[in-house]
Amino acid sequence: MEVPHGLWYTKEHEWVKIEGNRATCGITDYAQHALGDITFVELPKPGSVCGQFKQFAVVESVKAASDVYAPLSGKVVKINEVLARQPELLNQSPFDRAWFVVIECSDTAEKENLMDAAAYRAYVEGLAA
Amino acid sequence: MDALHSGELQKTALCGVHERLRARLAPFGGWLMPIQYEGILAEHHWTRTACSVFDVGHMGEFRIRGSENRRRLDQAVTVNLEKLAVGACRYGFLLNEQGGILDDVIVYALAADDLMLVVNAATALDDAAHLRNYLTAADFEDVSARTGKLDVQGPAARDVLQHCTSVDVRSLSYYQCAMLPVLGKNIIVSRTGYTGEQGYELYIPAEDLEFFWTALLRDARVKPAGLGCRDTLRLEMGYPLYGQDIDRSTTPLEAGFERFLDMSKEFIGKKALQAQLRQGISRRLAGFVSPGRRSPRHHYGLYAGDEKIGTVTSGSFSPSLVCAIGMGYVRPAESQNGTRLSCREGAVDIEVTVCPRPFYQRGTARA
Repeated sequence: MEVPHGLWYTKEHEWVKIEGNRATCGITDYAQHALGDITFVELPKPGSVCGQFKQFAVVESVKAASDVYAPLSGKVVKINEVLARQPELLNQSPFDRAWFVVIECSDTAEKENLMDAAAYRAYVEGLAA
Repeated sequence: MDALHSGELQKTALCGVHERLRARLAPFGGWLMPIQYEGILAEHHWTRTACSVFDVGHMGEFRIRGSENRRRLDQAVTVNLEKLAVGACRYGFLLNEQGGILDDVIVYALAADDLMLVVNAATALDDAAHLRNYLTAADFEDVSARTGKLDVQGPAARDVLQHCTSVDVRSLSYYQCAMLPVLGKNIIVSRTGYTGEQGYELYIPAEDLEFFWTALLRDARVKPAGLGCRDTLRLEMGYPLYGQDIDRSTTPLEAGFERFLDMSKEFIGKKALQAQLRQGISRRLAGFVSPGRRSPRHHYGLYAGDEKIGTVTSGSFSPSLVCAIGMGYVRPAESQNGTRLSCREGAVDIEVTVCPRPFYQRGTARA
């Protein structure tokens, strides 16, 4: 299981890369593996507002539909159009080519509510036990 | 169902093999079964283009012997056993007196007075209890526990099986069965399946199961496949899944399976079906397709405009058609092909169009 350093993580298995007040986010390797083959991704509309830990996207695998939650509050300024067309990218490249959206953060202090890579890895290993 | 109630899952003799293959295992019908190995999409496409082997040892098998029992079983199934030639298989139903479907089954005429009934896992114990009310106990045997089952399915299935036997497997045509020497052992083989592809179902003594599994997978054209893709494959063919698309609350008329009812003979539930025919059905199972990938799911509502007119029973992304497909019960007026409906659940709203089944038309099952 891949858990890149330098990213921040949620308990719902989203990741976020924070650069200044811009945050690129997606779902983790653990999440894509647990979901299995991804067949559909619905992203929020550019310009829409999202709240931390509030549902803002949907992924579907062959077996089930799952909500995805925003790791930080803010405004969606960019979405990954390629991912919407090729949902299978999520299984191949969850931290890179399958990013979901870029958020312009309204409060970077919300980072305090997220886990770093070591904490997230420990959290996931705790789930498996 | 005992295993379900006790919380303990049954396992096929191959469970350890699946674990070594790092399959994802999950409960199904009271059994711990492999859902996927490599991945549902890859296994689905491999079955449509090459050949897959499925461990479906959770299915139940009953042996019914003797001419008296054959006559009695004829009253309990919708299949006409008097017309069933030796070596033939027929799909049909066990019904209750109300015409509700207790199970969907395949009857095998192994010999004139030797029948096999293949039933679903979750219903096997209830089916046996039901049938024991009508059959002579001495000539009815539930052989599920000692019978393993491997399905070999895909356009290469015939060539794969031919490599395992000296008998010309072409002699077995669609929905026929025979005792064949396969890999040096005499087993029941039928030219049947649940995928829509050319294929065979092999009934194997539990102790020989691993030997057959290993030998079949030695062929480079064969890969293991789990129940995950078995579900997408069957749905693309519009085949019903018992407990989801059909159950005690639905009749074969509502499900659109008139062709599996022989109304010229007597059977349990026939009177109720005749009454339903006279009165007309109030709902009918329809197939529908969406141009998008977002999938209708079991229990989503089906709407005509703002009026709820039915419920989705099965829905999935179709790997072969690259769009969403599903089935559900709707009012007869809305079951006509071309009817536009929407599937809704919470914020989800999927536009669908009623269409003919099978959804997937290029299956090689009869090839």
